Amino acid sequence: MNPVNYLYLAALLFTIGATGVLIRRNAIVLFMCIELMLNACNLAFVTFSRMHGNLDGQIIAFFTMVVAAAEVVVGLAIIVSLFRSRHSASVDDASLMKL
Amino acid sequence: MENLIALLIAAPLLGAAVLLCGGRRLDAVGHWIGTVLAAASFVIGVLLFADMLGKAADHRAVTQHLFSWIPVAGFQADVTFRLDQLSMTFVLLITGVGSLIHLYSVGYMEHDERRRRFFGYLNLFLAAMLLLVLADNYLLLYVGWEGVGLASYLLIGFWQHKPSAATAAKKAFLVNRVGDVGLSIAIMLMFTTFGTFAFTPVLGAVDGASEGKLTAIALMLLLAACGKSAQVPLQSWLGDAMEGPTPVSALIHAATMVTAGVYLIVRSGALFDAAPDAQLVVTVVGAVTLLFGAIVGCAKDDIKKALAGSTMSQIGYMVLAAGLGPIGYAFAIMHLVTHGFFKAGLFLGAGSVMHGMNDEVDMRRYGGLRKYMPVTFVTFGLGYLAIIGFPGLSGFFSKDKIIEAAFAKGGTEGWILGGAALLGAALTAYYMTRVMLMTFFGEERWRARPTASPAEPDVEPAAEERGTHAEPHPHESPWIMTIPMIVLAFGSVFAGAFFGVGNRFLHWLEPVTGHEEGNSPVSAATVTAATLVLLLVGVGIAYLQYGRRPVPAVAPRGSLLTRAARRDLLQDDFNHVVLVRGGEHLTRSLVYVDHTLVDGVVNGSAASMGGLSGRLRRLQNGYARSYAVSMFGGAAVLIALTLLMRAV
Amino acid sequence: MSFPLLTVTAALPAVGAVATAAVPAARRTAAKWLALAVSLATLGLAVAVLVRFDPDGDRYQLTESHSWISDFGVRYELGVDGIGVALLALTALLIPFIVLAGWHDADPLETGSSRWRPTQGFFALILAVEAMVILSFEATDVFLFYIFFEAMLIPLYFLIGGFGDRAHQGGEETASTQRSYAAVKFLLYNLAGGLIMLAAVIGLYTVAGNFSLQEIAQARADGSLHMATSTERWLFLGFFFAFAVKAPLWPLHTWLPNAMGESTAPVAVLITAVVDKVGTFAMLRFCLQLFPEASKWATPVILVLAVISILYGALLAVGQRDIKRLIAYASISHFGFIIMGIFAMTSQGQSGATLYMVNHGISTAALLLVAGFLISRRGSRLIADYGGVQKVAPVLAGTFLVGGLATLSLPGLAPFVSEFLVLVGTFTRHPVIGIVATVGIVLAALYTLVLYQRTMTGPVKAEVATMPDLRVRELVVVAPLIALLLFLGVYPKPVADLVNPAVEHTMSDVHKTDPKPDVEAAR
Repeated sequence: MNPVNYLYLAALLFTIGATGVLIRRNAIVLFMCIELMLNACNLAFVTFSRMHGNLDGQIIAFFTMVVAAAEVVVGLAIIVSLFRSRHSASVDDASLMKL
Repeated sequence: MENLIALLIAAPLLGAAVLLCGGRRLDAVGHWIGTVLAAASFVIGVLLFADMLGKAADHRAVTQHLFSWIPVAGFQADVTFRLDQLSMTFVLLITGVGSLIHLYSVGYMEHDERRRRFFGYLNLFLAAMLLLVLADNYLLLYVGWEGVGLASYLLIGFWQHKPSAATAAKKAFLVNRVGDVGLSIAIMLMFTTFGTFAFTPVLGAVDGASEGKLTAIALMLLLAACGKSAQVPLQSWLGDAMEGPTPVSALIHAATMVTAGVYLIVRSGALFDAAPDAQLVVTVVGAVTLLFGAIVGCAKDDIKKALAGSTMSQIGYMVLAAGLGPIGYAFAIMHLVTHGFFKAGLFLGAGSVMHGMNDEVDMRRYGGLRKYMPVTFVTFGLGYLAIIGFPGLSGFFSKDKIIEAAFAKGGTEGWILGGAALLGAALTAYYMTRVMLMTFFGEERWRARPTASPAEPDVEPAAEERGTHAEPHPHESPWIMTIPMIVLAFGSVFAGAFFGVGNRFLHWLEPVTGHEEGNSPVSAATVTAATLVLLLVGVGIAYLQYGRRPVPAVAPRGSLLTRAARRDLLQDDFNHVVLVRGGEHLTRSLVYVDHTLVDGVVNGSAASMGGLSGRLRRLQNGYARSYAVSMFGGAAVLIALTLLMRAV
Repeated sequence: MSFPLLTVTAALPAVGAVATAAVPAARRTAAKWLALAVSLATLGLAVAVLVRFDPDGDRYQLTESHSWISDFGVRYELGVDGIGVALLALTALLIPFIVLAGWHDADPLETGSSRWRPTQGFFALILAVEAMVILSFEATDVFLFYIFFEAMLIPLYFLIGGFGDRAHQGGEETASTQRSYAAVKFLLYNLAGGLIMLAAVIGLYTVAGNFSLQEIAQARADGSLHMATSTERWLFLGFFFAFAVKAPLWPLHTWLPNAMGESTAPVAVLITAVVDKVGTFAMLRFCLQLFPEASKWATPVILVLAVISILYGALLAVGQRDIKRLIAYASISHFGFIIMGIFAMTSQGQSGATLYMVNHGISTAALLLVAGFLISRRGSRLIADYGGVQKVAPVLAGTFLVGGLATLSLPGLAPFVSEFLVLVGTFTRHPVIGIVATVGIVLAALYTLVLYQRTMTGPVKAEVATMPDLRVRELVVVAPLIALLLFLGVYPKPVADLVNPAVEHTMSDVHKTDPKPDVEAAR
């Protein structure tokens, strides 16, 4: 099977994720969309690794998974504490950075 | 012996330091400390005088070098004193009259709680004045010059709780500062012209300088002299200076400080001689002031202000004489000394009268006081005869010489100056007789209760202001005040004859000032005769106006000239409108400019930056998603650009 | 290697600042005493520098040199000439008085106020400023100088913005707003000047290849370093702009009245009497020495600006209603004199300008500190709120008058000597400028005497009737300053002897000799 198809799939997944980040308000959904984008990247990395015949892409994919795991930990903690203080998981409610 | 010179200054300076820093502990003895130190200075002066008399006439000048004051490449100012016949004369006058007035003040200021401070200021004045006349260079003279200005400021404003006194003090200092600008510029000009500003090298090198420069220096010195000696156009402060206690008026504003300008001109004689144009200006200033002062003196009802006008006028005589060059220098100083005696005596007499009259100064509320104050009456009367130039008394000898010298200038100028001086003599006789008659003769107007004067609200409502409606009980002053008056009266009577007969004073000063006889178009006898006739005319008119007729207790409206003269010939009004108002507008508009324009540019640019950032701030709406949009948008644009670049 | 006296002199207040800041808040008084002790010890070190310095010796003495950032040729180079020593001594002398005068200025506010005033921070900041000012007088490496020139803005910013004058008409709210405004204005003005100078410093490096003042000056003097005329002028302007802001010269002056008005009197003294001197000092040291030709090129414009400063400052002082702003404008007038003296390019002018820096420091400190005592008693800065103080507090009024007389340059007091030297020095080369500037002495008398008359004389106002006279601590602050004013007025020779050789060097840097008097020239 032509590996380029995997790239199309990765691009599709990334676009779905990005669109989700831009239009959804729920922090959890947002978070899942970010994961989707990360995994789309991983897919692209692995595909490239396969196409170019070296292991660099796969190594990076592992790194990405580690970072994603760390991000989940921090991100979920933030969302939970946000939910606790505001009783809502909507990101638009948390606009404290606005002057 | 010359090592004593510094002690002359040190004694009163020590007094000032002790009295001003000593605090209340010294209140009980402070006045005696001050008086003793002033007298000590006088004793040292007499010792130095005796020493000087023992030397040959041409070797009498001595100097004492203390230390190098301002040493900067090429600019060398030293603290060096120079004692010659001219400064000796001043030293004796200053310390002698000064000591007497210290003594008088012990009585006069007895009830003032700040008497210690008063004596501190008086001592400070003596020290500064001695520094002025003993300095060996113009910059050191400048220190004394401003020092007496400071002492004068402090003493005029001694009763600071009175706003009028504080204002008068400030005015005196400011007007003097204008004169000081002249002295500063003169010293700078000397430095650029001669490379020094010590008396001997400057006055010795006059030949090497251009006449233009010399005229400029001389005119600047004249400006300084005008400020200090209350000559037109800087005379306006002297009348107001009478706000100070009367001993101050006697010492500073009659006998010594105000004559400093004459000293400056005589001291710089060689310079003026080389600048004839400047000399002419000096004589004109002198002549104008002597008439100006006399006219003002004729109109004032305040006894001290009348005397102040007289002082201005008499100094005008001195300046006129000093402007005549070597013909007049010695006579200027001679008149200065005799004037020191009789004018100080007159002021002390006026003080004594005020002392007995609850500090009333309006002569219209005096009258018939001779019965109550016999000593004051006699001493004041002798001073009066001296100042109008009664034959045989001091003023006769000194003033007559000046009038002769004015005629001796020659040419049309000689006639004009001599005429002005003669007219001044008549006016002097008039206003002094007026003062005498209004104060010591006539009805006892003080018995009547003072009434408000509806016609002339500007005439000083003195008694009302001071809140002393009670009828005064005129009485003679205590001995401590009358003794100085008696001593000064002796001086007024005999000093002139002592100096004048055989030209003793002239020979004494000649080595310093030089002398030449002018050739007068009129003989000395004619001048004397004319003076005497005019004197009689002046006295006669005054007698007709104030002796024969009762003096109204409220000043009549008077002619236009009288009213103008009461307002110091409108000089103050001119100053007020042009300088005070103009200055206020200028500063106010500058404050506005600073705030709106200079600061405005800065604040404006700051504000526009602020506005810009305010617009940009709206982009930061705090929604994470909108930031994400811009990130994606940015990333998309970047990628698109990269692809585009590749394609091209 | 000899003992690094200059480094130690600067390091002591720096260490003292850290130590003072570390004192716990509960032991507030200990922090004050510590700061006072450190400032006095620094004064001792400054005296040691004075003693070790030989006026007739080398130009720069007590030099220290270490490599610092070798990649850019930045060195840690210190050294002082006569001018630097005089100003270093002035700084070390004034700081103890500033500390003592500000003894209660940083005490916590009365209950009910939310503002937090760390007392020890106030004194630590003052010491920090002292350290940096001393270092900028000592630095002979341009980059090193730049660092301290800029760094002193930080503690000053906090001193102005954090510890304002309590006597404020508009209440705490307005006071706080105006204070921030003044602090920010101060910072922005000086940062703008400093950044332009940074550009010039970098420019100098690209031309000269190093930052060492002595090396560059030497290379310029012997012709091995050639600068194009336009380059020299641009670099000169870059440096001069920064110094003219700090000095300050008209029309860059408007930050000073705000900064002085809103800060406490001791901090205002710190600004005018100490920090601003860095600006005029740097003109003498850097502008004239590094860019002699450009300095001569700019002289006419600078002299005119200086004369405008003199008259404009004096006239605005006359129009002020606020005591401290009045003194600020008077200072602007005096800085005009100093700058005029520097650029008159005569030995009298430059010696006079250096003496002026010292004397102005002392006289302004005396006047401003007494004014501060006065203001703290009545709680108002407006002249109109006073009257008749002389009757109630004669010692306070007397010292105020002496300070005022020093400000108007009365002969016999120190400022007269320097002012006259500046005027003479200017007059010999530029007579018209000299004469116009002389008018300033009348205006000086006007603003001083008007201030004295309105506040001290006249009937006693009800609000001042119970005003206490100077206390012992305040007298200890004022009396030595007045004594010094008198001493330096009568016998300025020690300072003049210290300064004269350094001025000779500067004069030879710019290749100028004094004009000869007419009589001599004719011969």
